[in-house]
Amino acid sequence: MTLGTGEPAVDASGLHKRFGHTEALRGVDLRVAWGSVFALLGPNGAGKTTAIRVLTTLIRPDAGSARVAGFDVVRQAREVRYRIGLAGQNAAVDPNLTGTENLRLIGRLAQLPRTHIAPRAGELLERFQLSHAPDRAVRTYSGGMRRRLDVAAALVPRPPVLFLDEPTTGLDLQSRNELWNTIRELVAEGTSVVLTTQYLEEADRLAHHVAVVDRGVIIAEGTPAELKAQLGSTVIELGLDSEQAAARSQSVVAGLLARAPEREDSTVRITSDDGPRVLIDVLRLLDAAELIPTTLTVREPSLDDVFLALTGRHSESDQPSALASNGARP
Amino acid sequence: MTSAAIVIPSADIERRLPVVAAVRDAGAIAWRNLITYRRVPQLLVFSTIQPVIFVLMFRYVFGGAIKIPGGVPYVDFLMPGIFVQTVVFGAMAAAIGLATDLKTGLLERFRTLPMSRSAVLAGRTLADMSRNVFVIALMVLVGVAVGFRVHTSMLEVIAGLLLVLLFSYAMSWVFALVGLAVGDPETSQAAAFPVLAPLVFASSAFVPVSSMPTWLQGFALHQPVSAVITAVRDLTLGAQATGGSTGTDAIQALAWCAGILVVFAPLAVWRYRRTV
Repeated sequence: MTLGTGEPAVDASGLHKRFGHTEALRGVDLRVAWGSVFALLGPNGAGKTTAIRVLTTLIRPDAGSARVAGFDVVRQAREVRYRIGLAGQNAAVDPNLTGTENLRLIGRLAQLPRTHIAPRAGELLERFQLSHAPDRAVRTYSGGMRRRLDVAAALVPRPPVLFLDEPTTGLDLQSRNELWNTIRELVAEGTSVVLTTQYLEEADRLAHHVAVVDRGVIIAEGTPAELKAQLGSTVIELGLDSEQAAARSQSVVAGLLARAPEREDSTVRITSDDGPRVLIDVLRLLDAAELIPTTLTVREPSLDDVFLALTGRHSESDQPSALASNGARP
Repeated sequence: MTSAAIVIPSADIERRLPVVAAVRDAGAIAWRNLITYRRVPQLLVFSTIQPVIFVLMFRYVFGGAIKIPGGVPYVDFLMPGIFVQTVVFGAMAAAIGLATDLKTGLLERFRTLPMSRSAVLAGRTLADMSRNVFVIALMVLVGVAVGFRVHTSMLEVIAGLLLVLLFSYAMSWVFALVGLAVGDPETSQAAAFPVLAPLVFASSAFVPVSSMPTWLQGFALHQPVSAVITAVRDLTLGAQATGGSTGTDAIQALAWCAGILVVFAPLAVWRYRRTV
């Protein structure tokens, strides 16, 4: 079986989707290169899952078109389904079947030849550290085991394009790292991966290309390095005892920074590529001006910072009314 | 990252004739649903306790007060009603099962696979039908134990039981649609009951329709549950005892089964395709 010669793994343009009064997608363009990891990064309700559902033939777009592995997701949905795997937000496995039975069921429904199914199921149970419990009903599995089985199920037919909708949400640190390694291995074997995430770190660590999604549109796109270059690699937050003190601090330190510091109530936020150096200079200047912060935070930028930088809004709030407010943290 | 074509060995996927694929897929889904009964036998046990209680209650508690025209023993009158009532209530399993699969995301996974569009529903309804073979056989045994006797040939009795099975299959499609439309196991059970109760109780299942008020008789005589029960009674008691005609009643019952299937199977498949 050949996959569309010369076409990207995913090629979508102008995707629109409306649910009642909500416009989940408002013109999304996506292009995913073969053998790469593409991350859709955005808060809850941004439209990431809707985009995945369109690309995996679960829903039809109201407008626009998408081709996955060289086939149209609406007109050639069946051909697309031969070439994709999806692991969604909840572990979509049958709790009453065993791990082996779940994988074999998917193998049969994915139209694998009978002789390929059992070895493939065994191989995947091994790979996802489930070979100690192949014949136990899945309802006795832990949450992490179920999630691993779910990803394994998506891989049964060796799909050239794999979709992972928030694959690590709710996983503990170790399980998350294991899953990241698995994704890297799959990509090394030639699989193209489209994943959604709310975590900047996840996109940063895994993806070759990141698209930041907000309210149904892509507001920024590029390699993780390109996105972070707009942002600075370190965020410094200074809490002062009053808004006036914060405003004075903001103007005191502005001179030595490439990016203008932002102020929110009594907090001043500085983003920089040269964190430690800038921190020393900032504290010196504030000391000289007799402005002593009451709190100090130094950290890597989060999705919220990306959002703030790109939209002037915080990412956590889903409600449009809250988004339109004065910028106070929800 | 290469833009060259990626080739998968063609042996990895088998292309089958659509009909063959549909049957195989439905078989795989039916197998999966039947395994549930082996893993969770309570499901089967509880679904058989209720009809057994109905048999005992009507046979020994209410039966004495119910007089059947034509002098038919009440237990012989009752059992065809019990068979049909049992499978009609049992059909709710399709709604509950599909609503559960919808909720857990399993249907979403199935819909991303290159499988037949009707297979999830066909497999579900076939599994329910296999379960009903067991349930009906059990109810026959229970009936015989409390004095149920047939008055017709073995062939007619088997035809009667097959008719019950066919009706159960048709009803499974109705509840498949309910489960998909409601999307929640508890709610679909609650939604099904008000529809089922009048069909089962305002029918000839437990009492002769002639004992009901006139305004109810029209409904009770002509609704599908009664039509099937009447035909099953013809086939187990003999038409002279029921005062009907086996041929006409059977055709009417078959017409209901066919009508329900023709309307609800495509509706359920349509709903499945646009669910999630």
